[in-house]
Amino acid sequence: MTTVFGVPIQALFSQLLVGLINGSFYALLSLGLAIIFGLLNIVNFAHGALYMLGALTAWLLLEHFGIGYWPALILSPLVVGLFGAVIERTMLKRIRGLDPIYGLLLTFGLALVIQGVARNYFGVSGEPYEMPPQLSGGKNLGFMFLPNYRGWVVLVSVVICGLTWFVIERTRVGSYLRASTENPLLVQAFGINVPRLITLTYGLGVALAALAGVMAAPIYRVSPLMGADLIIVVFAVVVIGGMGSIFGSILTGFALGVIEGLTKVYYPEASNTVVFVIMALVLLVKPAGLFGRTA
Amino acid sequence: MTAPVEAETRGSLRGRTRSRDEVRSMRIPILILIVVCVGAPFVIYPVILMKVLCWALFACAFNLLLGYVGLLSFGHALFFGAAGYLAAHAAKVWGLPFELAVLTGVVTAAALGLAVGWLAIRRQGIYFAMVTLALAQMFYFFCLRAPFTGGEDGIQGVPRGKLLGLVSLQSNFTMYWVVLAIFLLGFFFIFRVIHSPFGQVLKAVRENEPRAVSLGYGADHYKLIAFVLSAALSGLAGGTKSIVFELASLTDVHWGTSGEVILMVLLGGLGTVFGPIVGAVVVVCVESFFAQFGGWVTVIQGGLFVVCVLAFRRGIIGELSRVLRRPL
Repeated sequence: MTTVFGVPIQALFSQLLVGLINGSFYALLSLGLAIIFGLLNIVNFAHGALYMLGALTAWLLLEHFGIGYWPALILSPLVVGLFGAVIERTMLKRIRGLDPIYGLLLTFGLALVIQGVARNYFGVSGEPYEMPPQLSGGKNLGFMFLPNYRGWVVLVSVVICGLTWFVIERTRVGSYLRASTENPLLVQAFGINVPRLITLTYGLGVALAALAGVMAAPIYRVSPLMGADLIIVVFAVVVIGGMGSIFGSILTGFALGVIEGLTKVYYPEASNTVVFVIMALVLLVKPAGLFGRTA
Repeated sequence: MTAPVEAETRGSLRGRTRSRDEVRSMRIPILILIVVCVGAPFVIYPVILMKVLCWALFACAFNLLLGYVGLLSFGHALFFGAAGYLAAHAAKVWGLPFELAVLTGVVTAAALGLAVGWLAIRRQGIYFAMVTLALAQMFYFFCLRAPFTGGEDGIQGVPRGKLLGLVSLQSNFTMYWVVLAIFLLGFFFIFRVIHSPFGQVLKAVRENEPRAVSLGYGADHYKLIAFVLSAALSGLAGGTKSIVFELASLTDVHWGTSGEVILMVLLGGLGTVFGPIVGAVVVVCVESFFAQFGGWVTVIQGGLFVVCVLAFRRGIIGELSRVLRRPL
């Protein structure tokens, strides 16, 4: 059997794939965080809880309304995105202009509330979510076995990230958004409804998190705390990449997922901490982050 | 030519008088605090009081950083929990007496504070919070796997031992006075730091860092010292707690603990002397009361965060201080 540095190539590739999957979620979440931070100047601590809410909504849709995976893929981000818009309109709007620390504390509180309520109703252990039958099974690629669903997750994440990048960097709405990030007052003076743009942006960021949640549901169990530890890793990813660049957050997300996967193969003890170690190293070498402008 | 110099001297004199006035105006509240602390164990079960005191010291240490330097650390559980583990280990495995075991915890926390602070002050504001959170999470995973922490079980059955080899600490009533002494020691140390020239520079860095730098103060240097002080005092609280309750566990290093201490300071009043104590009392009471309802404690805590940020940013003591028109 072929080996790479003493590890069977089969094991190496399957862990790389797991890494890519985690990387997809990191990319989707850090992308959402970066968009929200750009316009609202808030680090959304509730992002992990809203990712969980995405998965939970998909599970509820299936359990109570018999609505399966495919409609949930659209419906759940819509519902959770709308919920996000309500949060923005009722709460985040009131702390605009304050020290960003307050935004972090407020969204931390929201995360505790969302996760706490979910835990009270669904318990800690979580529920399994059936994989859609069209995507069960897998293909043998010769050097590795590729489960169809995992390939699908990576594909969708890449497409969605690319689409988001395109909308922000190449379309008219995106140009409004970028302009508002630079100077909201001037953009408003040009007759663009900036408050509505902000609400939409928060909704979009949240919907991306919910989408990641729906895609994660068949892989991990749907559990109330599935986003609690994830958000901390995503914060580390964001510190490494810097929130200034859309492309940067996507790339850093995927790259760190892969590095984490590789660590699982070569030094499993460190797989939980490798992202944090890399963050510490980046802080030493390039404090502003790999893609960050000045801190 | 002498005029500006004179004005400058007068200005600094006035500043010093104001600071002294502030210290003087604290006499009555401090007296009340001491009277309440001395009287409390005759009325209330000492174990819950010791819990409050440990958390109050932790919150005061945290307030030194958030309230007076403006640095939001989301990873203070690291220092609290690490000191707890080391103190418990020192008391149980190495057989050190109470005071040396707690000291071991404090030194550990200070050393970790130096390392984490040195890394984290490279970034400011919101990034500082994320960096400290991530480093604390890294430490959490370390504790989960390290052999000496006992993993999920924690270190149980930590002996309280004897104070200075003389006084047995088995009785909760005796233990209370020791914990009170430690708390007051920490409290007055922080009080002294805040009202020292060093403390004035910290406030200057909080208010306007570029300006403090332009006046020749090495802001990073001051931030790092404040960070290490805060970490060491958090360690004092954590080490004491693990020996008093004879347990050091993963809960103490979890991010939930960092969140709790932030809530105490926010609820009591950022940058107030007595706020963290009041915040600790309220949060510990809420937790004990709602413990019977299971998971709702988290929801209540989250709700308190939301309410504090949206409508109550001064906190309990901050509002009181505004009504009474005096610093508290």
